[in-house]
Amino acid sequence: MIVYLINRVGQSLFVLSAMSLIVFVGIYVIGDPVQILVSPEASAEEIAQVRRNLGLDLSLPTQYLRFLSGATSGDLGSSFVYNESAIVVILRHFPATLELALAAMFIAIALGIPLGVWAGIRSETFSAKAIMAASTVGASLPTFWVGLILIMCFAVYLGWLPASGRGATRSVFGVELSIFTRDGLAHIILPALNLALFKVSLVIRLARAGAREIVGQEFIKFARATGQSPARIVLGHLLKNIMIPIVTVLGLEFGSVLAFSVVTERVFSWPGMGNLLVRSLFLLDRPIVVAYLMLTVVIFVVINFTVDVIYTFLDPRIRFSAKAG
Amino acid sequence: MRAENILEVDGLQTWFHTRKGVIKAVDSVSFSLRPGEILGLVGESGSGKSITGLSILGLIDPPGRIVSGEVRYKGRNLVGLPEPEIRAIRGRNIAMIFQDPMMTLNPVLRIDTQMRWALAAHEQVDKNAARARSLEVLRLVGIAAPEERLGSYPHELSGGMRQRIAIAIAMLNKPDILIADEATTALDVTIQAQILSEMQNLCAATGTALIWITHDLSVVAGLADRVCVMYAGRIVEQGLVDDVLDRPMHHYTEGLIGSVPSMNARGKPLKQIAEITRSLFDLPSGCAFRNRCPKVIAGCSEPIPVLERNGHQFRCINPPVPAP
Ligand SMILES: Nc1ncnc2c1ncn2[C@@H]1O[C@H](COP(=O)(O)OP(=O)(O)OP(=O)(O)O)[C@@H](O)[C@H]1O
Ligand SMILES: [Mg+2]
Repeated sequence: MIVYLINRVGQSLFVLSAMSLIVFVGIYVIGDPVQILVSPEASAEEIAQVRRNLGLDLSLPTQYLRFLSGATSGDLGSSFVYNESAIVVILRHFPATLELALAAMFIAIALGIPLGVWAGIRSETFSAKAIMAASTVGASLPTFWVGLILIMCFAVYLGWLPASGRGATRSVFGVELSIFTRDGLAHIILPALNLALFKVSLVIRLARAGAREIVGQEFIKFARATGQSPARIVLGHLLKNIMIPIVTVLGLEFGSVLAFSVVTERVFSWPGMGNLLVRSLFLLDRPIVVAYLMLTVVIFVVINFTVDVIYTFLDPRIRFSAKAG
Repeated sequence: MRAENILEVDGLQTWFHTRKGVIKAVDSVSFSLRPGEILGLVGESGSGKSITGLSILGLIDPPGRIVSGEVRYKGRNLVGLPEPEIRAIRGRNIAMIFQDPMMTLNPVLRIDTQMRWALAAHEQVDKNAARARSLEVLRLVGIAAPEERLGSYPHELSGGMRQRIAIAIAMLNKPDILIADEATTALDVTIQAQILSEMQNLCAATGTALIWITHDLSVVAGLADRVCVMYAGRIVEQGLVDDVLDRPMHHYTEGLIGSVPSMNARGKPLKQIAEITRSLFDLPSGCAFRNRCPKVIAGCSEPIPVLERNGHQFRCINPPVPAP
């Protein structure tokens, strides 16, 4: 367990430093943020002043070293645009993205597992074949296109749901969340569906493959021979056996939704981290971009760890020691 | 005679309707079982033994189907019963265990959970009652330190231990009939012998009738009261074990006996049954063993009736032992 943790943390520290260097150099090459930040009429003196304030007058290696020394004490720098700590800016956008991601995962699990298991244990039926055909289509459509279609259908033609933005929020344990208000719920449905579509298809495929394999196993036949009900057999015996690949993929998908739900957030003007990232890239707001990517690494590390812990609950044959090396 | 049978299988036909044609996995099988009796069901691989067992419990999945025949448990026909009604009988009145001790238990559930669910399928039990009953049955099948075993997962147990636990699960609801499908085939010989003798004692003690499915005639010789020999979906011979083994009335049985080492005189070479790959799609009309049989006569290609002598039944018109 300890070895496992040290391994994991060491790996992620390496990824973090490599990533920060790449982003630093990358954005330096793209352009000069000062040109974007100051007004067109600004004098050369004012520009030089801004440059000094932001620390952009120094050489690139010096800037990077200053960043590193700040980072080791937990300070990832201040946004050029917002004039406040980059982390604070990002965390302000975090709840919106988090609840969008959670809603999408919820849809993926609630639809994907039942449909996939059904398609697996009744693979000869017409409904099973229809489910599989739909999931193939769902997995191959581009996200932004589906987003536009959803907006056209449900917002423009039918007018049932709002097309963009986030609804009214309510403070829950100090976090502003929108899923607990009617308005917020109406706003989140379309983007969450959009984000979930690919994941639903993925979960259906995994659940079906797992279910097909497990129903043929002797312990299922044995459980049936003891007179246990179909519900007990599916929910009790089968489900736990097919969850490992599903949890793995859902974990990774959850991470990538949190970190890169950029397309959906753009299409639906969702005020989350994805939108912030795109805006910051346009404004060359380097501290935000760097801090954002570091946060991403942390998210993936936490999710991977959680997934590993869930494994040990799902399958008694898996132990930490086996994976530490 | 009839009334005292606990199980009567009568003209059972279980067919698989596949794209390539109809497979008659079980074809006109009839036998009966008395309370507490041990019946051996022998035959080579693919002869329809497992499908016979599964048909009794109504566990045939498409493309398989029981086409005709009856399975009467205490006089009540189980074929065609609505699923909930036959489910109430499975495990409670008629239980079944399978070959592979590695995969008969759910790998991700603890033993106590699996036992509790098997009990809960038929009665309302609280955790303590389930635990008490589980311990009782585990002791019955000869498991040492049953309290520890309850908390184990299957991968922590040996193959013999797992099969004992499977037997315990099958015995949880005190069934009248236990169908054991190759239950000891995958175990090594000493464990197999142990479990066989324990099963014999167990059935004698509980009054459970046993259908022991195996391809190993020597197992049946030591265990069963009566034996059914299956070939290509049919019972070609049945009777008391001693009658069938001492005076086989079908050339297939005779061949089986000749190929078992322990039943041969020492030193003699083992006999072999002529090997012919056959398919259940296009069985020859008449005796299915015809193309492997050493004593074919003209009538063998006609439908063969079931002949009987002193309760010893056989489907052969030119039997190995001439009538006394
Ligand atoms: N799902 C299925 N689809 C098609 N045919 C099947 C199916 N299951 C069984 N059969 C057919 O039924 C025949 C009898 O099978 P069964 O499992 O009863 O044999 P067995 O006597 O138990 O053999 P073994 O000793 O190998 O277990 C097989 O030869 C096979 O052709
Ligand atoms: Mg079999």
